[in-house]
Amino acid sequence: MRVTFPHLGNLWIPAKAFLSSLGHDVITPPPTTKRTLSIGASHTPDGACLPLKVTMGNFIEAVELGADTILMAGGIGPCRLGYYCELQRRALARAGCNAQLIVVEPPRSDFRGFANVVRTIKRRATLGHVLEASRLAWAKFQAVDALDQAANMARWREVSPGDVDAYIGRGLALLDAAETCDDVRHVAEQTLHDVEGCIEVTPRQAVHVGVVGEIYVVMEPAVNMDVCKKLGRLGAQVVQPLTFSHWIESHVVCDIARWIPKPDVLSWSRPYLRHFVGGHGVESVGHSVEMARLGLHGVVHLAPMTCMPEIVAQSILPSVSLAEGIPVMSLAVDEHTADVGFDTRLEAFVDLLLANVHENGKTPPYPAACPVST
Amino acid sequence: MSVVVGVPRGLLFHEYGALMLEFLRQCDARTMLSPVTNKQILQAGLEICVDEACLPVKAFFGHVAYLAGKVDALFVPRFVSIERGAFICPKLMGLPDMIRARVPGAPRIVDPCIDLSRGLGTTVRSIAQLGPALCVSRGRVATALARSMRMTFRRAGRRPGDGLERAGIDTIRIGVLGHDYNLNDPYISLDLINKIRRLGAAPVTAGSYSHRETAGWERQRARRGAKRLFWTYGRRLLGVASRWLDTGEVDGVVHLMSFGCGPESFIAEVIQYEASERNCTPLLCINIDEHSAEAGLSTRLEAFIDTVAMRKCEHASHLPTSGQPVDTR
Repeated sequence: MRVTFPHLGNLWIPAKAFLSSLGHDVITPPPTTKRTLSIGASHTPDGACLPLKVTMGNFIEAVELGADTILMAGGIGPCRLGYYCELQRRALARAGCNAQLIVVEPPRSDFRGFANVVRTIKRRATLGHVLEASRLAWAKFQAVDALDQAANMARWREVSPGDVDAYIGRGLALLDAAETCDDVRHVAEQTLHDVEGCIEVTPRQAVHVGVVGEIYVVMEPAVNMDVCKKLGRLGAQVVQPLTFSHWIESHVVCDIARWIPKPDVLSWSRPYLRHFVGGHGVESVGHSVEMARLGLHGVVHLAPMTCMPEIVAQSILPSVSLAEGIPVMSLAVDEHTADVGFDTRLEAFVDLLLANVHENGKTPPYPAACPVST
Repeated sequence: MSVVVGVPRGLLFHEYGALMLEFLRQCDARTMLSPVTNKQILQAGLEICVDEACLPVKAFFGHVAYLAGKVDALFVPRFVSIERGAFICPKLMGLPDMIRARVPGAPRIVDPCIDLSRGLGTTVRSIAQLGPALCVSRGRVATALARSMRMTFRRAGRRPGDGLERAGIDTIRIGVLGHDYNLNDPYISLDLINKIRRLGAAPVTAGSYSHRETAGWERQRARRGAKRLFWTYGRRLLGVASRWLDTGEVDGVVHLMSFGCGPESFIAEVIQYEASERNCTPLLCINIDEHSAEAGLSTRLEAFIDTVAMRKCEHASHLPTSGQPVDTR
């Protein structure tokens, strides 16, 4: 059994660690490129949302490398993600790919199916092995998140352009190779230290920009045209509340252990959006409100074209922007989005924010959630 | 003094309009209904709605804009779910909030939350809280709800089997798939149903079957190994489509979908796949948005019905259809 899974940012590092410590032969799909997107788009309906097209491309490219089993997340709606698996199964058959699609449904909707999937993945591993693998994967999740956050906080004040990303890239490669939790912790600390060494210490006026939106587009740099990197290069400190550990806590842990309270985004979004709308619609509105109240200077809202929850959020964000006094820019992404179009818009947005900051001359009291801010 | 409540004639009004109006009447509210969708209404909707929304939502915004200056309150229920384990659509779940945010000078919005996924309790509680907004007591709201439900359901009874029984054996029967709020709105659907009639064919819609029948066919489909959908209207469409493909009781199927409709982009793909697998019923997919033109639809429809008619009268229905559906996207 040669297992593969779809890409989502740096998810491949912990996912690969988890599956290979259970003794699976893991095939990581090649990094998402234009080719991935065009293969995916040619096998999926054009009205579908972007994540379906990209993950489809990932699958086909992984099968080309010899994968025969694909792990995919399911769902119970109302977001379209829950029905991806049905379309993908058909598309794989039509593309002539001979691979088995294993769908991980939330245990709350189909417990027996979930148990079957767990049994397939577990194979002959003992409970101790599984716990050990989970611990390693969780450590890697946290380390990957820490590196991403550090990069977002540090990029705008690196001494020579590209240094931060070079260190982060090296750190991620080492993380992938790390085999024990201690190694992971050591690599993360070392990388954070390196990053700290290559940034200016003298404080300079920065704009603080939040990035919100649909989780896939926010977390996959190949799809969002590297929006965080672009913002950083333009002189913005980026705050991105959607991370792997946040997602796992709110969607996996809270789903199984129902007594743990979910992070309460709805209380932030309540004046503007009072009901859950699927996907990350409430998060987009709630986080924007929270960011405005914490004193950030602007928000970039990312959504795949035709994403239903984000259309609701996009409708509401202008009124959040007016009422809370924070500029918000919504950007829709699909397979035709061009890099340069994003450059122009982001440049203009950051310029306006910088002008705004110089005029008012205040820096926001945003609490630094990252070890790099000195 | 009774309040004037505006009811936009759009989206699920086409399904629950009678119930909504009866409920408001029982609450002693004077109701004001927006006119049937027309050019001005759609234009007004296009100006205030986001570009990416689907056509029926844009038209709904137009209805709201029409009513905004004329009424004390707007009745826009938040439809979350009308059966266990299935939702309506994320956009309808956020509809009242979208209106609050985007319609300038919108009056108070009365938005009971209709969520039957967790049983009747939440919905009834949410409706009972409407008292102050409609200027009546809680008890009054509760009796109004009970009475209006009883009256509407008694009146509805069983719907007549539309085309199936009446059409003779030689008439061409065209199954029409699509959301009720598109098909029942002649401006949005470009009068598709009547166009089919005028071309001499008998249109059959999902409305010709009871909800129980369509749900049964959908479950039957799920038993063959497909994952169940989690959109109520999607389930209905898929149930009817799989029935038509199984039995061949219609000679051709026209699927009217609105551009940007999330659930339909997936359902259409599944239906197309299943139709091309069975190879026996021709399928025409039509995508509509605010730029759709009547002539374009007429041409395609004429050509499609001509082809279906030839296939039927020359006894050629044993021949496979083209594996690829006719797709006008």
